[in-house]
Amino acid sequence: MEFKTYSSPHLPGSNSVTVMMRRVLMALLPGIMCFTWLFGWGIVVNILLASLAALLAEAAILALRKRPVTTLMDGSALVTGVLLALALPPLTPWWIPVIGCLFAIVIAKQLYGGLGYNPFNPAMAGYVVLLISFPLELTLWSAPGTYLGFTDTLIHAFTGSLPTDQTMDALSMATPMDSIKTRLGLSETLSEIHGSPLFGSFAGAGWEWINLWFLLGGLWLLQMKVIQWQIPVGMLAGLALIAFVFYAINPDIYTTPLFQLFSGAAMLGAFFIATDPVSACTTPRGRLYYGLGIGLLTYIIRTWGGYPDGVAFAVLLMNMAAPTIDHYTRPRVFGHDT
Amino acid sequence: MVKSAASFSRPTASPFDRLHKFHGGLKLPGHREVSASRPISSAGVPAILVLPLQQHIGAPAECLVQPGDTVYKGQLIARQVGAISAAVHASSSGTVTTVEERPVPHPSGLQAPCIVIETDGLDRYQDSESTALDYSRMEPDELCTHIRRAGIVGLGGAGFPTQVKLGCGKHKIELLLINAVECEPYISCDNRLIQERAAEVIEGARVLQHAVQADNCIIAIEDNMATAEQALHTALATSNATGIQVTRVPELYPSGGERQLIRILTGREVPSQGFPADIGIICQNVGTAAAVYNAIIKQQPLLSRIVTVTGDGVVQQQNFETLIGTPVSHLVAAAGGYTQDVERLLIGGPMMGYTVPVDNIPVTKTLNCVLAVTREEMPAPPPAQACIRCGKCTEVCPADLLPQQLYWYARSSNQDAAQDYDLFDCIECGCCAYVCPSHIPLVQYYRHAKSEIWLKETQTKASDIARQRHEAHLNRLARIKQERAERMAKKKRALSSDDGSSDKKKAAIEAALERVKQKKQQASTMPKNVENLTTEQQQLIAAVDKRRQQNDEPE
Repeated sequence: MEFKTYSSPHLPGSNSVTVMMRRVLMALLPGIMCFTWLFGWGIVVNILLASLAALLAEAAILALRKRPVTTLMDGSALVTGVLLALALPPLTPWWIPVIGCLFAIVIAKQLYGGLGYNPFNPAMAGYVVLLISFPLELTLWSAPGTYLGFTDTLIHAFTGSLPTDQTMDALSMATPMDSIKTRLGLSETLSEIHGSPLFGSFAGAGWEWINLWFLLGGLWLLQMKVIQWQIPVGMLAGLALIAFVFYAINPDIYTTPLFQLFSGAAMLGAFFIATDPVSACTTPRGRLYYGLGIGLLTYIIRTWGGYPDGVAFAVLLMNMAAPTIDHYTRPRVFGHDT
Repeated sequence: MVKSAASFSRPTASPFDRLHKFHGGLKLPGHREVSASRPISSAGVPAILVLPLQQHIGAPAECLVQPGDTVYKGQLIARQVGAISAAVHASSSGTVTTVEERPVPHPSGLQAPCIVIETDGLDRYQDSESTALDYSRMEPDELCTHIRRAGIVGLGGAGFPTQVKLGCGKHKIELLLINAVECEPYISCDNRLIQERAAEVIEGARVLQHAVQADNCIIAIEDNMATAEQALHTALATSNATGIQVTRVPELYPSGGERQLIRILTGREVPSQGFPADIGIICQNVGTAAAVYNAIIKQQPLLSRIVTVTGDGVVQQQNFETLIGTPVSHLVAAAGGYTQDVERLLIGGPMMGYTVPVDNIPVTKTLNCVLAVTREEMPAPPPAQACIRCGKCTEVCPADLLPQQLYWYARSSNQDAAQDYDLFDCIECGCCAYVCPSHIPLVQYYRHAKSEIWLKETQTKASDIARQRHEAHLNRLARIKQERAERMAKKKRALSSDDGSSDKKKAAIEAALERVKQKKQQASTMPKNVENLTTEQQQLIAAVDKRRQQNDEPE
């Protein structure tokens, strides 16, 4: 009798990349629902367009590279598409998510060798390209709670025309972080700025809820062990720490740590974007520093940089630093001296 | 009574009461319930026994028998060669049929020299009289000699000759560790051994403790072995052993690894390139302790061991007392044979064991488990995907390595970087591959990288030796040339120098030439065959000579 031979270990494990990616998508759901509830169908349209573009681009490149197209099933392209869509404003035209995803998948991911080889977070690379190339289209945010119907959203996304009783000026609205940046520039104090209806109980109106739901989703990911604590904790701690220092120095022009933590892409970034394992640090200690770095850089860019939010730039900058951090944070091997 | 009073006066708190943790590890499904719940049964005497000369780490034993020899049970049939080696004994009586290469339990399906015995079914010993040794009066050295003669090696898997590991006085040993932490799933031979022979284990531990002169002895078991623990406590209470404690460690793979277990119990780490003895600890498998009991108390060499036969691929999952050399096929037959859908045959556990293509291999001293599994139980591994650097492997690595980096370097054959990332500290426990979401056979990569490096080192060594030889050869040639040149120069000097000695030489040469000339003349004037000449001939010769003289004179 001949038996089959394999290499050890033989006990089958239960982890898989597909399961991990599926869990990431599931954990995003509460945040996505809240996002849609506040900003309307534009968010859903963005997600659908971005996902489709990402999957098609991935499939096309895999075919060109003569790799099995079934690799698509690992779900990583879908996650990239969804994450990129979540960075986009609801009133943006259809080609914005498409171009962003094409860049993210084709240039930032597949040209470097595909999943596992990309030095930069593909979704953030795609987003930054859009941000730099099409700044106007990326400011088309609406006021929380006021939005078009599903059909009107589709028409607007593909043709750019709005219903007769609507104008872009009336629909669009600066984000809380945008508004802080502009109005601080006009020498207003934060207490004056916070009087605007754009602000909620401790951060931007609506945005605090979105961040809260992403936080919950992220905690679930932690519990399911899809991600590890070092990056989110590092990033949030870094952000809160530096925010606290400057808030303590001058609360009139520096926002509270709580505002920073629950504004913009803070929670999405901490649990879903910075934790992209491929482009992040891999040593446990390195991940903590990596997270801290993203937190600090996010604050710096938000406060003194040219853009209202800084998560994307912070993530890309730390992506560059990741190999070096990994090199200097190797754990002490069992039985070795420190 | 006095003794027990003394033991009561000892401080009750042991320095090893607090447990520590090692990094990583896995909680694995046990799969032991069935085999652990059934009593050990005898696998019987098989028709043939195949005894490899090497069942241990070190030099193979030297065969002492020839085909046709009759052997008794317990007879020494191959002796230890060198310091690190172990003797082999006939595990049953019969006739040696052949000594030849046979397939042995090895990951690569290797063949190795084996003594094959056709058993006579009588299981006869050479002499039945044996008296227990009073080990407490023996010197550690003497005790080690007895253990060595019994051919005992570590029964936990590595098979290091036990007497070598005991060291016998080379190190000051503070703690003897009896390892009964069977952390690999499916295996239950140590568990059953303790349940059924706790007193022997305790006695064996005491012998070992005496051999290494350790003050403390811990028998470490896993916290899922309640029956075994109870048996140990009962046996301890009835024996008058002191300084032996039973410690339960949490179920976590690979707690049974020597280095991990030492870390759990003492908080100390065995140095990377060192041995436990370097930090005053000796670790022995519980099966080894029982074998030592047999060797010293029962005066019987290592002839059998307990083997777990398990998996959905066998009919009756159970532990068997198995004679060393029993073919695995015989053992599986004793367990009721294979089930229909058996697909894979494993030697050892499902994490570190290896598959074998055939079952005509013998049970060796280190073989603790035969695991026959079905496709449903262990499906073929899914195709490997790209590493996403998720770091799950880093989280579970008990050696605190960065498996994803090692994989990267192993894959690209970057051996320097792999060694820099401490590839050789990898214990191949398989935790990383088990959790890998991309199903990368990581351990295979590490093994490959290790063997590549070993090969390279061997080649480097060989080329170093060749280079040294070549250099020595060149040096020798140069030296000879120089010496010859010196000799010539000396001669020349001697010839050209104009002192008295050269005149003497000239005179000597002239004298020699003169002598040669005379000799030549003599030779030409001395006629040959002149003995029995007639008068007529003599007259003729005289006339010729006279003419010759007349001719010569005018010159």
